[in-house]
Amino acid sequence: MTVLDVRTVTKVYGQGAATVHALRGVSLSVARGEYLAIMGSSGSGKSTLMNILGCLDIPTAGQYLLDGVDVSRLNDRQLALVRNRRIGFVFQSFNLIPRTSAVANVELPLAYAGIKAGERRRRARNALDMVGLAKRGDHEPNQLSGGQQQRVAVARALVTEPALVLADEPTGNLDSRSTEDILGIFDDLHAAGRTILLITHEEDVAARASRLIRLVDGQIVTDVRQQRVPA
Amino acid sequence: MSAFEVLRFAVRGIGANKLRSSLTMLGILIGVAAVILLIAVGNGSARQVADRIEALGTKTLTVQGVGGSGVLTPALAEALDDPVLAPDVASVSPVTSTQATLTYQGTDHSVQQLVGSSPSYFAASNSPVGTGAAFTADDVAQGRPVVVIGRTVADELFPGVEAVGKEVTVNGALFTVIGVLDEKSSASGFMDANDVAIAPLTAVQQALTGYGPLNSIVVEARSPEKVTDAQSQVSLILSQRIPASTASNSQPYRIQNASQLLQTQTETADTFTTLLGAVAGISLLVGGIGITNIMLVTVTERTREIGIRKALGAPRRVILTQFLAEATMLSLLGGGLGVAAAFIGSNFTIVGVRPVIVPSSIALALCVSVAIGLFFGSVPAHRAAGLRPIDALRYE
Ligand SMILES: Nc1ncnc2c1ncn2[C@@H]1O[C@H](COP(=O)(O)OP(=O)(O)O)[C@@H](O)[C@H]1O
Ligand SMILES: [Mg+2]
Repeated sequence: MTVLDVRTVTKVYGQGAATVHALRGVSLSVARGEYLAIMGSSGSGKSTLMNILGCLDIPTAGQYLLDGVDVSRLNDRQLALVRNRRIGFVFQSFNLIPRTSAVANVELPLAYAGIKAGERRRRARNALDMVGLAKRGDHEPNQLSGGQQQRVAVARALVTEPALVLADEPTGNLDSRSTEDILGIFDDLHAAGRTILLITHEEDVAARASRLIRLVDGQIVTDVRQQRVPA
Repeated sequence: MSAFEVLRFAVRGIGANKLRSSLTMLGILIGVAAVILLIAVGNGSARQVADRIEALGTKTLTVQGVGGSGVLTPALAEALDDPVLAPDVASVSPVTSTQATLTYQGTDHSVQQLVGSSPSYFAASNSPVGTGAAFTADDVAQGRPVVVIGRTVADELFPGVEAVGKEVTVNGALFTVIGVLDEKSSASGFMDANDVAIAPLTAVQQALTGYGPLNSIVVEARSPEKVTDAQSQVSLILSQRIPASTASNSQPYRIQNASQLLQTQTETADTFTTLLGAVAGISLLVGGIGITNIMLVTVTERTREIGIRKALGAPRRVILTQFLAEATMLSLLGGGLGVAAAFIGSNFTIVGVRPVIVPSSIALALCVSVAIGLFFGSVPAHRAAGLRPIDALRYE
């Protein structure tokens, strides 16, 4: 069953002489439970594609269907609902809310989902436990290492149990140990049947995925299914 | 999200950056407190002026000779006390006043004002006798050398000793102290209302000033409402009695009434209040600019935060409500503390004035501060909440 259906999507930034064609007609279809890695040199349009898939940005032209629904037809409320319930987004730069405890950060999506405080706290603690940070719940972002911050961000993306997990270079700023922690979590998610899209620069990270896409200049040049190489 | 949840988020948002929050609150606090307090100082000084003039008596008129014209005589004063022509005049007191030195057992005291008048002067000038007694009409008729002294004079000449019954020399003439006046409030800096001595007109003329013209005639109306009636009656009698001098057209006398005096003084005080209010308004504005500055500095950070929240599925409305609640809470808290500070400050005397808080200034200052807080708190939030999440996240 198709979760993501991208049809000749283009994205153009700027106007006149400063125009940048970040995506030049990308078509892509992802089925439920796939673990997809996206590679490509810097500036090839990976983040642009990921932001559109995460409903954080809108394409200049083309269609994007999420679970069969054309996202461009959704209003602000419905989009907020999609971001909240369907998608878990992990950023390269963590994007935790500063001066706010880890557990409060993880709770945020649940709060916007209208879940009661007690239940929220319990689920946030569970999610932190899953990423191995049960004891760090009360720490603020600046009291955590980069790897720990990214694990908090992953916990925040997982806490609503979204069907789709999008990660834009989640290990780009991490050392090899932290990278291994994060990838281990993704392996578990994949085993649990979630759909995962992950951008990376590293071949050995990409090797963990079941499908690999390469972008060059805003176009997909290779799209292969591959045998996963477990850690 | 429930209203309670929104409030909790706002509290957490305020608590997340304590320095910024307290600086914002401080700006509002200072602005609000300054406005309330400065207006209270202006108001207090206006009250003070009014009290001072009221102490003179709002029922009295003073007739004064102009430019050394010796038209005011005791006979003229008697003519004003006419129940037919001047039914609204309660009493008439001829006044001659001079400076004099009182001496008692080698102690000198130079009294600011030695008044020679009739017994009605005590009531007309709001100077009740505390201990002893006032002199009588008989004392005036006989020209008896008796004197009633003010509190300051009594303290200077008879410290710790009963003054009544003692004999003092007034510029060399012997007078008997028969009474001491009640203490008068004298808030004004340059005139001590308690530094007076009052004696029978005839005795003062005989011993000190001679039988020249009077300095003034104090006329007391039957009630404060009758002052204007009494004034026109008095001026009618005066114009009949004193032919306008042929040399000049100007009147040789002037009638002053306390409420006119009160009015001009109050106007002056109002101007003062307005001036202070303007200064305070400027300080509120400066506070507002400070808030704006703090808000602008944090726009980047907050816009990022809004981007994150939107990416996590916060609808626009929830974000706006949270930021509005934060801004309102901050400015209300700052404003409330400012009001408290103003109330505390109003217990102290500021530049010799006891501030009297004007209730409407509290409402005004609070409204302005909340408006500033809301405006500068919500404008960035409004703009950021409308951005696409990715644009808010990228905001520099
Ligand atoms: N907000 C933007 N405004 C203008 N150009 C942009 C913007 N975001 C990305 N680009 C341009 O689009 C192209 C693709 O960017 P991006 O998707 O971030 O690349 P990648 O993530 O693969 O490194 C780049 O050339 C980049 O300069
Ligand atoms: Mg990128």
